Amino acid sequence: MKRLWAWGALIFGLLYFFLPLIGMTNFSLKMRRGEYSFDAYVKVLNDPRFQETFTYSVTMALVTILFGIFLIVPTAYWVRLKLPGLRPYIEFVTLLPLVIPAIVIVFGYIRLYNTSSWLPLTGSSLGTDVLLMFGYATLALPYMYRAVDTGLRTIDVGTLTEAAQSLGASWFTIISRIILPNVLVAVLSGAFLTFAIVIGEFTMAALLNKPAFGPYMQLLGANRAYEPAALAVIAFGITWGCLGLIQLVSRFQKTAPRQA
Amino acid sequence: MSSQQVSSGAPPGPRFRLPLHWLGVLPFAAFTVLFLIMPTMKIVIGAFQTPDGTFTLDNIRGLYTPSIMSAYLISIRISLASAILGCAIGFAVAAAVVLGGLPQWIRGPLLTFSGVASNFAGVPLAFAFLATLGPVGLVTVFLKTQLGVDLRMLGFNLLSFWGLTLTYLFFQIPLMILIITPALDGLKKEWREAASILGATNAQYWRLVAFPILLPSFLGTMALLFANAFGAVATAIALTGSSLNIVPILLFAQIRGDVLGDPHLGYALAFGMIVVTGVANALYIWLRARSERWLK
Repeated sequence: MKRLWAWGALIFGLLYFFLPLIGMTNFSLKMRRGEYSFDAYVKVLNDPRFQETFTYSVTMALVTILFGIFLIVPTAYWVRLKLPGLRPYIEFVTLLPLVIPAIVIVFGYIRLYNTSSWLPLTGSSLGTDVLLMFGYATLALPYMYRAVDTGLRTIDVGTLTEAAQSLGASWFTIISRIILPNVLVAVLSGAFLTFAIVIGEFTMAALLNKPAFGPYMQLLGANRAYEPAALAVIAFGITWGCLGLIQLVSRFQKTAPRQA
Repeated sequence: MSSQQVSSGAPPGPRFRLPLHWLGVLPFAAFTVLFLIMPTMKIVIGAFQTPDGTFTLDNIRGLYTPSIMSAYLISIRISLASAILGCAIGFAVAAAVVLGGLPQWIRGPLLTFSGVASNFAGVPLAFAFLATLGPVGLVTVFLKTQLGVDLRMLGFNLLSFWGLTLTYLFFQIPLMILIITPALDGLKKEWREAASILGATNAQYWRLVAFPILLPSFLGTMALLFANAFGAVATAIALTGSSLNIVPILLFAQIRGDVLGDPHLGYALAFGMIVVTGVANALYIWLRARSERWLK
């Protein structure tokens, strides 16, 4: 009886997950009347706007990840090493992007960094790109900081630093050649999640008028029938890929110490 | 200004080394002040200012118009419905896997899949639901041609309250599963044994032992799911365009083209969003701290 109920709940849950995925896949293949075909995918992939926006978003994601690593790894390391009293405050700040909706943050950007302000970032195309990158870094901050901080917890930061210092290493060498390789798996987890967030992000890119993948998808959705379903399948594949890679690298991390 | 507020929280170290220490967190402090705290403060302060900068409560009062109030109301109702249903269904699925005697191998794939599904929000999610429950979607067509059930005749429309709620559930249920599974794991076997030794029935064990222990995590997660749905912009816009009057869509239109005709009313609208998600998140943090008393 209990098992029957349990199977019922699980099957309901699985139906809820899989029906939309089956629905979008099925729909994306139905562009040619009466038979299944990949026409919608061919059309999407050959659309120059798709190629432009996708390349733009991938570039933005990579730049955001690089910026995030440069900002967060040294900060988390420094806080653990020298300013442990500051950790709760830093942690609180890093969780704020989960509390303040992205649309409010970007609203603040538009008002604060417009052409008549002290830092007119939205005045030029490059400036807006930089602003959008900072916005993405803000959205990724909770995930990135938590990943790196968890990674740092597993290593003895103090001893490693002292050992490196007594061998004459500079701060740059310590962070880039000792700390970073040790938390690389954690950094990669944060990086993949950042990639998944940035690639489909809509709100910030749309309100800053940037030709990113998210607004492109929305625009196509308003005007076409089959192509959006194909895009949804592609986007789901990317999300699945990023999360799968996180699983893969964290499994690698769990087994690595045992092998050593 | 704000960087001093952040740094003043910690006890000062030995005086002669102090300046160098703080330099290490300077880039981080500068980044968060410039791109997180100052933009938010700009909105919060702007909500209480007239265009020429004097203090006023008129913007907040301006929110009490029928259209803005109804936007908040619909937003809150959708977030509440998707949070309650998401919690209930997610709990049922997690309980089935953890306590229901299902094969153990289901657990790993389910959690992995939940991780993916809870991150699959935004524009593509709206497309997936349009292809499934839209006018010519898979399920709609199947019900109509195979079972003779016409969803539209029954009054169902994907671009509506229940349509949006159903769509949000796609990421709400997995999020609940991810958060509540560890809590269910934390229910100790000994508690159940102790209860049955004392003569409790299964129902009594659930009502008097397990339920009170799980309640804070349950309510806390509900608050989190509420905030999650309340701040969702992309899914709503891609699904309904601008046909549904909810706060994120209204704010989006306001930022794009000042549809309210008063920039400072826009600040107040955004400030209201911060208040709602802030309260929900504060509830979550408080309830999670309470749940950790028993579930560690």
